[in-house]
Amino acid sequence: MILEHAGNAEARTLAGWRKLGGYASVEKALKGMTPEQVGEEVKKAGLRGRGGAGFPAGLKWSFLDRKSDKPRYLVCNADESEPGTFKDRYLMEHLPHLLVEGMIVSSFALGAKTSYIYIRGEYMYLLRLLEKAIGEAYAAGYLGNDILGSGYSLDLHVHPGGGAYICGEETALLESLEGKRGNPRIKPPFPASQGLYGCPTVVNNVETIATVPHVLRMGGEAYAAIGVGKSTGTKLISASGHIKRPGVYEIELGKVSCEEFLLSDAFCGGPKNGRPIKAVIPGGSSVPVLPLALFLKTAKGEARMMSYESLADGGFVSGTSLGSGGFFAMDESACMVRNLWNLTRFYHHESCGQCSPCREGTGWMEKVLHRLEAGQGRLSDIDLLVDIAKKIEGNTICPLGDAAAWPVASHIRHFRHEFEYHVKYPEKVKDPRHGEREPVAMPK
Amino acid sequence: MPELRFSPAALAEVKRLLAHYPADRKKSALLPVLHLAQNELGPHLSVPLMDYVAGLLEITPIEVYEVASFYTMFNTRPVGRFKLEPCRTGPCALNGAEDLIAYLEKKLGIRDGETTADGLFTLKSTECLGSCGSAPVMQIGEDYHENLTFAEVDRLLENLKQRAGR
Repeated sequence: MILEHAGNAEARTLAGWRKLGGYASVEKALKGMTPEQVGEEVKKAGLRGRGGAGFPAGLKWSFLDRKSDKPRYLVCNADESEPGTFKDRYLMEHLPHLLVEGMIVSSFALGAKTSYIYIRGEYMYLLRLLEKAIGEAYAAGYLGNDILGSGYSLDLHVHPGGGAYICGEETALLESLEGKRGNPRIKPPFPASQGLYGCPTVVNNVETIATVPHVLRMGGEAYAAIGVGKSTGTKLISASGHIKRPGVYEIELGKVSCEEFLLSDAFCGGPKNGRPIKAVIPGGSSVPVLPLALFLKTAKGEARMMSYESLADGGFVSGTSLGSGGFFAMDESACMVRNLWNLTRFYHHESCGQCSPCREGTGWMEKVLHRLEAGQGRLSDIDLLVDIAKKIEGNTICPLGDAAAWPVASHIRHFRHEFEYHVKYPEKVKDPRHGEREPVAMPK
Repeated sequence: MPELRFSPAALAEVKRLLAHYPADRKKSALLPVLHLAQNELGPHLSVPLMDYVAGLLEITPIEVYEVASFYTMFNTRPVGRFKLEPCRTGPCALNGAEDLIAYLEKKLGIRDGETTADGLFTLKSTECLGSCGSAPVMQIGEDYHENLTFAEVDRLLENLKQRAGR
């Protein structure tokens, strides 16, 4: 659905996009619907935020303070930086007008007169591409004053970040948009009442906003009929790691089993080096890692499906989360200690430094992991890591702390034997490529 | 040292950027203007350059320093003419990022984070670039170079050297 015209070069220009049925949702909404009706359709669709948290978008919209006499803002979160995630980049590169179209109808629903797309600074080439698409939309009368004679006016701008993962957190993103350091704000107040410049604001992910035109085209109820249960619609999954066919795939939620997604040639195509897959992180580096067996089947022995609920089955003990759809698989050559050290270094690097548990804890964990990985660790380090992670989780202003803690807890929960191996056989892990050399030596 | 003033074209761009935000929120344009300053008058955001940006946006210099030092894309220290930024995070690390960084270190004769003696290249490994499906990947300026092989790296560096007239 979303990626329907992704390969088509025509879709990148306004004329081509219109030929493919683009901007129909703008006509439909602005000429024939009230903002409330648009919001109602999104609610009925059961569309959940596609950035990672999975919070219902319609509900988020309904929290917007409409009584305030201040301007309202819609901000699109295009700060895609969760390791393993590259779906928004793909979407914006191939379908820039779908995002612009989604921004127009969503802004109309929220009563925003100015909206922003906050895009990570590394995607500067996409910023230029989006600005070109926006320029075309202005010229065609889809943006600016009195759009299509509806009386509704909207200005849309793209704003670059500067290379900071934390700005994907919505309040840090707003700080950054105000020209400040990306330090997350204490909530409440939530952006819905005091967001950008202290005004009511909604922040939505690229994929969420790009879905709204489809919801309007087919109607909320029809959209909700796609998928399973509360996992309505489709989701973009960006797949990488030790697989044959990395790329961005659109799946109908709950209809594709994890086994099919990993092994089928329609998706990942199975392991690329002939070595069996050992572990999977299905929703971006922050979600718990699962060993292959638990990824394929829940602890109850049921086939696991690619949906919010099925991936979360078993909680964090034996389940994980769909997260952002940043799927990456590791085969038996991957050393889980090295992988965790790498990811923890990332969180340490990206911690904004505001809250001590995260600022100090991520650095501490990185150091302990580095020494374990280098064969200089102690057995007690393993529980020390679990303890530090526990003390970060839930004790920070924003979820970066949790995001740093969950990989630590899950890597140790499911792969403790590899950590113990590093302590017991320090000489065997001296070579940084020990994962490749000694895969079978790691006892199960 | 070049004069720390934007060209007329860049000043027009600043004006365009400022129009994106409410008139009393000029500070909002800080990140885009810093990118512009780094491209036009950089690649290093020196203190005088940051002070110049502060003047343009009518904010205090410290408001620029604290932002420039927070975001990794801004060079608050001198860097080479070309900044090579291979991704080092998770999925890239599974698919050859460590080998790529080691190769670059050896080829350039510097360690990660350093600049070559001729001032041409700075090697700075970076966190996830959002290109995990085409690992290993390296960003140079605004360009992504994906599915890199050592031969491709050799070719890239040769091209950059030629561009610099070396």
